[in-house]
Amino acid sequence: MKYYRSHVLIGINETSLAAGVQSFIKALRAQLSKTGLSDEINLLETGPLGFFGKGICLTVYPDNVNYENLKEADIPLLVEEHFLKGRPVTSLMLESAGKFSPKFNYASRIVLRNSGIIDPESIDDYIGTGGYEAWEKALTKMQPKDIIEEVKESGLRGRGGAGFPAGIKWGFTAPLEAEQKYVVVNADEGEPGTFKDRLIMEGDPHQLLEGLMICARAVGATKTYIYIRGEYKLCIMRLQKAIDDCRNYGIIGKNIFESGFDLDIEIKIGAGAYVCGEETAMIESLEGNRGHPRWKPPFPGVKGLWQAPTVVNNVETLANVPFIIKQGAQEYKKYGTPQCTGTKVYTILGDVAYPGLCEVDMGTTLRTIINDYAGGMQKGFKFKAALVGGAAGVFLPEKLLDVKMDLASLDQYSAVLGSGAILVMNEHQSIVDMLWSILRFFRHESCGQCAPCKTGTQQLYRLITKIKKGEGTMEDVELMQLIAETMLKTSFCALGQSPIMAIRSAIENFRDEFIAITKK
Amino acid sequence: MYKEICAKYAPNKDNLIYILHEIQDTHPQHYISTEAVNEISKYLKLPENHIYGVLTFYSMYSTTPRGKHIIRLCESPPCYIKGSINILRKLKTILGVSVGETTKDGKFTLELCACLGVCGNAPVMMINDDVYGDLSEEKVEDIIDKIRGRN
Repeated sequence: MKYYRSHVLIGINETSLAAGVQSFIKALRAQLSKTGLSDEINLLETGPLGFFGKGICLTVYPDNVNYENLKEADIPLLVEEHFLKGRPVTSLMLESAGKFSPKFNYASRIVLRNSGIIDPESIDDYIGTGGYEAWEKALTKMQPKDIIEEVKESGLRGRGGAGFPAGIKWGFTAPLEAEQKYVVVNADEGEPGTFKDRLIMEGDPHQLLEGLMICARAVGATKTYIYIRGEYKLCIMRLQKAIDDCRNYGIIGKNIFESGFDLDIEIKIGAGAYVCGEETAMIESLEGNRGHPRWKPPFPGVKGLWQAPTVVNNVETLANVPFIIKQGAQEYKKYGTPQCTGTKVYTILGDVAYPGLCEVDMGTTLRTIINDYAGGMQKGFKFKAALVGGAAGVFLPEKLLDVKMDLASLDQYSAVLGSGAILVMNEHQSIVDMLWSILRFFRHESCGQCAPCKTGTQQLYRLITKIKKGEGTMEDVELMQLIAETMLKTSFCALGQSPIMAIRSAIENFRDEFIAITKK
Repeated sequence: MYKEICAKYAPNKDNLIYILHEIQDTHPQHYISTEAVNEISKYLKLPENHIYGVLTFYSMYSTTPRGKHIIRLCESPPCYIKGSINILRKLKTILGVSVGETTKDGKFTLELCACLGVCGNAPVMMINDDVYGDLSEEKVEDIIDKIRGRN
């Protein structure tokens, strides 16, 4: 092995790609070799670095210095000053952008613990951090029922939105006798403001695969699919490489580790439909149909893909599993709250100083997340509301900033935590305008299968447009709520049942705004 | 050409979505023609109405010819509060088209789309496979000029 004086990690993700990271790396390598530093400085391309920064970001070890928003023009200065002379360039450092220094909470990370540290395209890097030990343990030392017991004991709840306990879900499918069972990973992340799954897959694709393998073993599925949205090109590329590497290493395939267990993983690409995030709609889509949700019961766990028992789990849920199996449920329960264990990955957006991601214990307050992990509000602006959970989420006003963010505490808001999106709005943003944007989204994404949702989303959009223009009355506002409540009771799937959340929380918490904009 | 693409996949219904993806991606005008639907129908032994049903359900597919570069501007809430509407106005002006239309030279088609999952850089658009974030009106003009210049 070769030793380097310094390691430079460069985050490769959609954000930095958009900022031209590829040509930046080329230029940086050229500069390093020009100054004769190629053998001393190791340049490592990795996933999201795990702190908030704009554009091209890099971390330099062992100095632990973070740079953000780098341009190719900065390279000569950076190489000369920092890499050659060992003097970090303060003007380019992340901390110089404000007084905010991001919290490095690797200690409290489960899902993103490797993200930004290892090369996500290297299976050896993953194995080097103890990767696939949980898979080996699950396959050679544990019985399926032990795996399920361990996951049940850990208290892991689904991270896709509904918050259903993962172990119980697996427990429905495992005892069923069937010629073929399936596991499908729900990576069709479409909730506006949500991209946690993308970051998990870009930063550490093997961890998801390992969780998937353990789940497959637990329920007895030999065929698994990852249903991923077509826009996530980088994820698809990295996952495919990870799967190919696993196959070459004999981690998946036939008779794995001579256990007699066969497993195959295949990527399936979506074609752009929000409703396909609903598990039965996803199954329809996998079968080559329109993504219309199915009637439940039977639940997919009993009759899913091609009528076979199918477990559908979210990316983040499965990414938690290797830790639970390797370290044990008791260790896992040290994270989060007693009712809601583990960590949660959030994406924080909108009018905060540093939009980005964080992984924190379940039960962390919204205030802590915004102040400690996103640098607080953008300079000069005040907090007005946060839309938590995307379009299917709720508006939380300032008085609820100290609410603990976990599924149990947020139950009164119908578990909107799943998607992990936190969209922060400053005092100049209009709730009515925002609601308009949300209802336009639902109108567009309704699949049209059931009348309450198809017609309801149209009517909601018509009413909010009227209100936004200042032509509505308070009766229109009440009518909007009535329609959404009717949709909650009568719609076929969660899509039609969702608009009520944003509408009700907007009207309850920001009634004054509706009164101000409507006609008397 | 359609026949060859179909033949790469087993004639099962669940491959329909992938056949449609490939046909659209390889077509210079990024769309799925009636001839293509006819060919797929024969290959998968599925009625054409099923194929049209699927094709028109998913927002990534088009049944009408499109430009060489497809601009998909996100209009979801996170981009909306960051001013995607101004970006849309700018795009309409510099391209001289409305949403859903293609420029006369066949180079650009302007579309709106739902969340692209790059919300940390809102407002965001995709042009073919490339993501462009932190858009401003000046930046958009620059991006379009560069692509125009390349061709």
